[in-house]
Amino acid sequence: MHTGCVDFQSIKSLLATGSISCTHLAEIYLQHIDKGAHLNAFLSVFTEKALEQAAGVDRKVAQGTAGRLAGMFLGIKDNIAYSGGATTCGSRILAGYRSPFSATVLKRLADADAIFLGKTNMDEFAMGSSTEHSAYGPVRLPADPGRVPGGSSGGSAAAVAAGLCTAALGSDTGGSIRQPASFCGVVGLKPTWGRVSRYGLVAFASSLDQIGPMSRSAADCADLLQVIAGHDPADATSSMEPVPDYRAAMERDLKGLRVGLAREYFPAEGMEEAVRTAVEECADFFRAEGAELVPVSLPHSSYAIAAYYIIADAEASANLARFDGARYGRRSPAAATLEEMYTLSRSEGFGAEVKRRIMLGTFVLSSGYYEAYYSQAQKVRTLLQRDFDEAFRSCDLLLTPVCPTTAFRIGEKAGDPLAMYLSDVFTISVNMAGIPALALPCGRDGAGLPIGAQLIGPAFSEPLLLAAGHRLEKGYAPARAFQELS
Amino acid sequence: MKEAMSTGRTGLYPRGAASTAEVSTPFEVVIGLEVHIQLQTRSKIFCGCSVQFGAEANSQVCPVCMGLPGALPVLNQKVLASAARLALATGCRIDPVSLFARKNYFYPDLPKGYQISQFDLPFASGGSMTVSGEGEEERAIRIRRIHLEDDAGRSIHAEAFVGADETLLDLNRCGVPLLELVTEPDLRSPAEAADFMQRLRQLVRYLDISTGNMEEGSLRCDANISLRPAGSDTLGVKTELKNMNSFRHVERALAFEIERQGTLLAAGGRVEQQTLLWDPARNAAEPMRSKEEAHDYRYFPEPDLMPVRIGEEWIEEQRRQLPELPEARKARYERDFGLPAYDAALLTGDRGVADYFERLAGRIEDKKLASNWVMGEVLRAANASGCSVQELRMTPEHLAVLLEALSRGRIHQQAARRIFEEGMENGLSPAAAIEREEGDQIHDSGQLRAMVQETLAAHPAETEAWLGGKEKLAGFFTGKILQALQGRADPRSIMALLQDERAALLRKRG
Repeated sequence: MHTGCVDFQSIKSLLATGSISCTHLAEIYLQHIDKGAHLNAFLSVFTEKALEQAAGVDRKVAQGTAGRLAGMFLGIKDNIAYSGGATTCGSRILAGYRSPFSATVLKRLADADAIFLGKTNMDEFAMGSSTEHSAYGPVRLPADPGRVPGGSSGGSAAAVAAGLCTAALGSDTGGSIRQPASFCGVVGLKPTWGRVSRYGLVAFASSLDQIGPMSRSAADCADLLQVIAGHDPADATSSMEPVPDYRAAMERDLKGLRVGLAREYFPAEGMEEAVRTAVEECADFFRAEGAELVPVSLPHSSYAIAAYYIIADAEASANLARFDGARYGRRSPAAATLEEMYTLSRSEGFGAEVKRRIMLGTFVLSSGYYEAYYSQAQKVRTLLQRDFDEAFRSCDLLLTPVCPTTAFRIGEKAGDPLAMYLSDVFTISVNMAGIPALALPCGRDGAGLPIGAQLIGPAFSEPLLLAAGHRLEKGYAPARAFQELS
Repeated sequence: MKEAMSTGRTGLYPRGAASTAEVSTPFEVVIGLEVHIQLQTRSKIFCGCSVQFGAEANSQVCPVCMGLPGALPVLNQKVLASAARLALATGCRIDPVSLFARKNYFYPDLPKGYQISQFDLPFASGGSMTVSGEGEEERAIRIRRIHLEDDAGRSIHAEAFVGADETLLDLNRCGVPLLELVTEPDLRSPAEAADFMQRLRQLVRYLDISTGNMEEGSLRCDANISLRPAGSDTLGVKTELKNMNSFRHVERALAFEIERQGTLLAAGGRVEQQTLLWDPARNAAEPMRSKEEAHDYRYFPEPDLMPVRIGEEWIEEQRRQLPELPEARKARYERDFGLPAYDAALLTGDRGVADYFERLAGRIEDKKLASNWVMGEVLRAANASGCSVQELRMTPEHLAVLLEALSRGRIHQQAARRIFEEGMENGLSPAAAIEREEGDQIHDSGQLRAMVQETLAAHPAETEAWLGGKEKLAGFFTGKILQALQGRADPRSIMALLQDERAALLRKRG
């Protein structure tokens, strides 16, 4: 069996009929991880622990006491704290760092009998859109190893696409789940801010960060979200909103659904023709299913990227201040004074992109510049939120591309940070507004590279997004997750 | 308007003596305080760790207060109640919404690389407290704001077990809840500043929100100080004084800085805006290295915490739970108990002492007697045993029985003191001891008369003076007799017998 062909829904039925065991599945996944080593998707693999846990879950299956995620083999983005192994955030500064505690999401997943195969590669501290900014080398796109898988959750996306795991956790601050999902041809959900506990997620930009599932189907995302969503007393910003039954909510048709198309995005500058065509064809499918296509406007979307890089980097400059060599992580052996401990440890420990963001973030918060940058950016953020509020008066969800292009070549944008930032143009506003969005495949370009569609809904509309995604997968062939293992 | 001259007298200089010639230029002193009050909640402000003082280094820490990657703060709601008590007691307005902010700076004992504080929207603002300087009238000092924040850890450099090129960290204090109280620049002398701190200490102890101990660092104070020509409305260039670890340091450091600035200005010089560290050993303040103070804290709203929302009802609930405050209590003691202002101030100075006194005063008629005993024997006993008055084995109820017996003349002062000491030892009711002492009393006037005559004979010089008109010596003889009898007699009877004896002796001499 090739795990690249199955989603968690198939695994569940195979386990139920006894045609496969978790132990066998674990062996297959571990083999695939070996075979897929060239993708550089995993930073650490918990071989023995995974096999041990699989045997334990098999016993539970036999006794009929297995949790709802029995048979789910996960890759965990390496910025999610895990006490069973390393947590490096793709950074040299945290090389060998072992967290004494595990993130709330990991505890919940383990309680539901999910098994963690390993930690996945990422852009350092989730800063990037290509996973080239990892201190441990770039991740390669399974469909074309000369290309990037997107980022920053590129390791998770590539691992899911290549069948190295059933599904994965990513984190999304400006598109870091959705854009790599799109490049790799898998499904990725960025939940409402506050829907999933951030306790244990090493912060990049706290007001934008959100953990979410990446998988081979909308139903798999729903199963994972069901377990990780909900209030966490350890995260003061996690929502008290009750968690609905996501799977039950998926069984609906699209009749009467109002699907908004933002005129600012069709066409958008720099959008590849194949991307535009694929998303428009996707819209046609919705209409054919009985949905209504509604033109809407997001008038302030052109300010989103600039405002985002101010707010995200400002928060990052504070969030990353703790990596100073004093208590844990890398301390420069060359440091002789307190000041050298700081400057050398941080200069040697952080990569170029992280340093760029810290400097930018420090600058925009500095005395004399705060009003011009940070305050203005917060005002833009409010306007972006109002744009969405206004749009959702006339539609139930928005359909957009995830990214203007398909996966680019490794090194293609490495020297041009601004070009890299522009690849997040459709995803960033969603984080600024704190609302949920689902990315899922909707076709391929001429080179056979996956194209992703994005469904955006109001806060806590995950049930609707998953239902629409599920319907798209069922009825629209190009929307099925790709199976690649180069 | 006060002048620098008068403030120069405090602390460093003998009172009443002008300090130096330079201060003849009339400057007005302008002082504002930033006070940090460590709250004695059970757990820290953003995690569940204990705040116990003096625990083994790094034994009261968790991922949250150590700022480990991925850990998040959650506000301890108890801290809000403490903040509300101080805000209400100082007449501050509690804002319906306040906001946490990150204050960014690098220091090894600040594990997150930022302090979680409040900046734009503090918890409360706009109150006041009264102070008085030396013999001056009471004045209101405006309070600009009260806000919440977390404390940093401790860097340990100077202990014997620390290597020459080492610094050790103790993170137990990280996350201990602090209130920062900022005054307007309304204080006009070091004495007023010290009085402000003392009253604030009294207040936080009354409110039961902090131990207010400056030496242990649970009450800390930085001062901004500047001088300006008397009568001027504009503020002069200020300096900031840090590291004043006692009320005395506050007064001395400010006096030092007034002297320094005054001398500089009088000579036509300019004050440089800087931060100075008080060195109590050298009795001088030294500028910090300019690099250390060149902070741009880059405040911005803390995204990990929601805004603090406070409802009117909750505020009223806190107001109802406020204890009677020192000023009100003092006024009540003067009014209801008829005590002199001195007694009332001393008794209400500490909430525990006042509570002890009230339990006692409620049980006996003679409130002044109760006051004398609490200010005397009770405080002496507490000081001697190093405990609080509440912990004394002589309870206010027992003391009431004793003092009632004393005021009815069943026993006498010396016997009462003896019974008090016994009660301190055994914690028993003094009733039995009173009966014993009462039974031991010598009522036989023949025996007492003989004692009087013996005592006079033993002190011929004093007797001569007494007969010659120095009537106060009667007290001296009474004392001698009571001493010999170990207090087992009524001094009033002895006095009466002494008068008889004096009359008889004078008659004899014709």
